[in-house]
Amino acid sequence: MSSNLAAFAFLIASVCFILALRGLSSPTSARQSNFIGIAGMVVAVVTTLALPGVLSYGSIAVAVLIGGSIGTFIALRIHMTALPQLVAAFHSLVGLAAVFVAAAAFYAPESYGIGTAGHIHAGSLVEMSIGTAIGAITFTGSIIAFGKLQSLLSGKPLVFPGQHWVNLALGLLLVALVAWLCIGQSPVAFWLIVALSLTLGVLIIVPIGGADMPVVVSMLNSYSGWAAAGIGFTLANPLLIVTGALVGSSGAILSYIMCKGMNRSFLNVILGGFGGEVAGPQGDMGDRVVKQGGAADAAFIMGEASSVLIVPGYGMAVAQAQHALREMASQLKNRNVTVRYAIHPVAGRMPGHMNVLLAEAGVPYEDVLELDEINRDFASTDVTFVIGANDITNPAAKTDKSSPIYGMPVLNVEESGTVLFVKRSLASGYAGVDNPLFYRDNTMMLFADAKKMCEDIIKALESGRH
Amino acid sequence: MSGIEVMDPKPFSGMAADLATHAQQLATEAAGLAGEATRLAAIQAGGGDPFVFLFTVFVLAVFVGYYVIWSVTPALHSPLMSVTNAISSVIVVGALIASGPADWSLAKAFGFVAVVLASVNILGGFIVTQRMLSMFRRKR
Repeated sequence: MSSNLAAFAFLIASVCFILALRGLSSPTSARQSNFIGIAGMVVAVVTTLALPGVLSYGSIAVAVLIGGSIGTFIALRIHMTALPQLVAAFHSLVGLAAVFVAAAAFYAPESYGIGTAGHIHAGSLVEMSIGTAIGAITFTGSIIAFGKLQSLLSGKPLVFPGQHWVNLALGLLLVALVAWLCIGQSPVAFWLIVALSLTLGVLIIVPIGGADMPVVVSMLNSYSGWAAAGIGFTLANPLLIVTGALVGSSGAILSYIMCKGMNRSFLNVILGGFGGEVAGPQGDMGDRVVKQGGAADAAFIMGEASSVLIVPGYGMAVAQAQHALREMASQLKNRNVTVRYAIHPVAGRMPGHMNVLLAEAGVPYEDVLELDEINRDFASTDVTFVIGANDITNPAAKTDKSSPIYGMPVLNVEESGTVLFVKRSLASGYAGVDNPLFYRDNTMMLFADAKKMCEDIIKALESGRH
Repeated sequence: MSGIEVMDPKPFSGMAADLATHAQQLATEAAGLAGEATRLAAIQAGGGDPFVFLFTVFVLAVFVGYYVIWSVTPALHSPLMSVTNAISSVIVVGALIASGPADWSLAKAFGFVAVVLASVNILGGFIVTQRMLSMFRRKR
């Protein structure tokens, strides 16, 4: 294939990827947009295979078969609750692939037209180092994030004195190694860059607590894009650069949205140390009383209401309560109760996680509303049903300046007529903050497992039917 | 060149071979110079060094990304993450080139591993995205 034709095909693939992302602006156009993305990938792969330097189709077929079947198997088997871990694991693979491609370019630069072994252009070496470093950081960083999300590692932030200085020193050492690589063309320098970046990836993610994982996953998404773009510069391939830039900005925007959802600055999240301390309820809260109820009370209150807003949180996903919840909502709808769902940006463990879980349970997407769309409606709502969420409903974020979550946008659940709060115990949420909502007059606590509670409410609704 | 006719035929073949090699070297140099000339012409025409060209593409793509991503509905942020994950595996292009040569070498082995890793992601990423998107339904 001539190089002009190949460049043109790569352009088509780039356009396909842009359209694939553009299609996600609405759920109706989203499904076909995914096929445009797949088409773009097919064009990119076929074009590359037709390049004159690509001869050994046998070994490539074996590699694609191995990788493709592993990917297909995992993607078909994964539970939607485990989506954040899966995405983290996939990010790590992109990072590692970037490292291997850079290594291949270092050992056989003539394949990419960037010089000969030992005489690679300095510019290409710098680009290669950037791609390698970001790739390696993405790899180990994603593995740590995977471990925390999968609960293989503790979700607590790991902090030690002088941590940021260590990271800074290692960063400067990395720059020195890149300079050595450019001057000496030494494989030792190349592999030291890899080793150092792998270490940095671990050190950057360990101080970040479990509650901040939505930001971390988005950030690593961004990194994997920048790594691809870095490799694109090395190979002088605009397709890789365009795709890398798209993915990089996507991850960066998602990180920004997640940070805003927690009222934290990006730097504050990256520096870490938040969300680990378990501060119990303050002393003066000890004599406060909570109103407690059971499934029958909840069924009665919601059955008599004209509008119910459901506020789900990650606890709902942990309890696998989404199907029972949807069934409960259907029962209420049969009684002509308006049921809608209110989603906070950081309600899950990754951006949009709650929406996927509710969609999986069969909730129509028109019933699921974002914080900005729904927050004014709480005041005109009879009953709010909070399930598996805590910090995102805490009114202290609006009033108590001493609260660690002060300033975080929260759902105005306390404005509704009655708040039903499903919770295992009075323990505080991820941020370790007590929730004054529990002690309000219009709040009824339902102490139980989320799934069990929904099932019991369904039973109560069925038996109460005339 | 006029000396050729008085020479012995024996060293003549050797000399021809030398000349051919020399001509080949000159051709390579000429090609190099032509490449350099094209590059300089491009710089004069305002296109700049190849790096500048690629950097232009990069910056413009960041802007395209910025506007496209802000138009994505928050409800689809999870599929957005998994599909960006799948398309960032377009790095497979570099991996395929590395594993392209017929003979095995260290570079080809690296390329082979990279193709395996990227394939996991491409298939896995697109399939999981499709699974998610097929769940988003309207009211029946």
